[in-house]
Amino acid sequence: MATVEVSFTPLPAHVRTARLVATAVARRSGVDESLLDEVRLAVGEACSRAVEAHRRHCPTEPVRIEMTDLGERFEVVVRDSVPSAQATPATANGHGQASHGHASHGNAGHGNAGHGNAGHGQAGPGQDNFGLDGHADDPGAHDDSADGSAADGSALPPGGLPGGFGLAVISGLADDVRITATVSGVSVRMTWPAAVGAQALRAYISCTKSNLSLP
Amino acid sequence: MDLKLGHYNKDGIEVVDVEGEIDVYTAPRLRELLIDLVNKNNYQLVVNMEKVEFLDSTGLGVLVGGLKRVRAHDGSLDLVCTQERILKIFRITGLTKVFGIHDTVDLAISARKSEK
Repeated sequence: MATVEVSFTPLPAHVRTARLVATAVARRSGVDESLLDEVRLAVGEACSRAVEAHRRHCPTEPVRIEMTDLGERFEVVVRDSVPSAQATPATANGHGQASHGHASHGNAGHGNAGHGNAGHGQAGPGQDNFGLDGHADDPGAHDDSADGSAADGSALPPGGLPGGFGLAVISGLADDVRITATVSGVSVRMTWPAAVGAQALRAYISCTKSNLSLP
Repeated sequence: MDLKLGHYNKDGIEVVDVEGEIDVYTAPRLRELLIDLVNKNNYQLVVNMEKVEFLDSTGLGVLVGGLKRVRAHDGSLDLVCTQERILKIFRITGLTKVFGIHDTVDLAISARKSEK
């Protein structure tokens, strides 16, 4: 069972609330202060993506977040209810997963070394795990397409920010990211190290108390 | 906190002051301002992000969109930012190669002037 679960109406205004809650739970779970900015941004990115997907496909369905203190790790899962277009064939094969991106630390940019998209895609050759083409829902991409002007051939990525850019940003922030697309929706699972020292200290204090038979 | 926006002209360059959080909720306001400035023939922009507390990919998208717009008019969009938490986002996305990022508004303006 998750330590804290939140579900919210898919409105952009609520993404900030989700960020604040996730950061508070992360802090409570012993995530180092230096990592809290990364938690805040990654959870915000995942929620922004889910909100955009819901607003297009199922605006009455809530976006769900589960935050769990796993002891040595702090885990956040952001789930949407929009089936991935790739989910159908994968499910038919019994895999239950359309794409399973497991990204390590990497550069989420365009063509730089260490690209975070080093996953083991199960949905087909050459698939970009971050694309999740079933619903091109990256808000950054919207901004760019709204502008409509052509790139001028400089350092800008072709067509502006690529689809799935938010997920690519997450891969650069979270210690461990797994993206799973099924017929029931897409889940973005992220984990960060929690303070093992704090956990050990709590366990020691607990043990000491019991040995002393404190009331 | 919410997003506060302001702008003023200095040495022929339009400086946009941004304060607060740029995310999926607030970014449309920044996009509208940038579009409005370009529509009013301001093609040399400096976005001062020193008081930005949060920036996500939506905000990056707005800035890239603004850059494309001004470049369509041979203009420029430079950023002012010294906050490590914000600079990190530009670094991991590779956008430090796309934007000129300066320590102060004056340095951004003088760098732009010297390129002319």
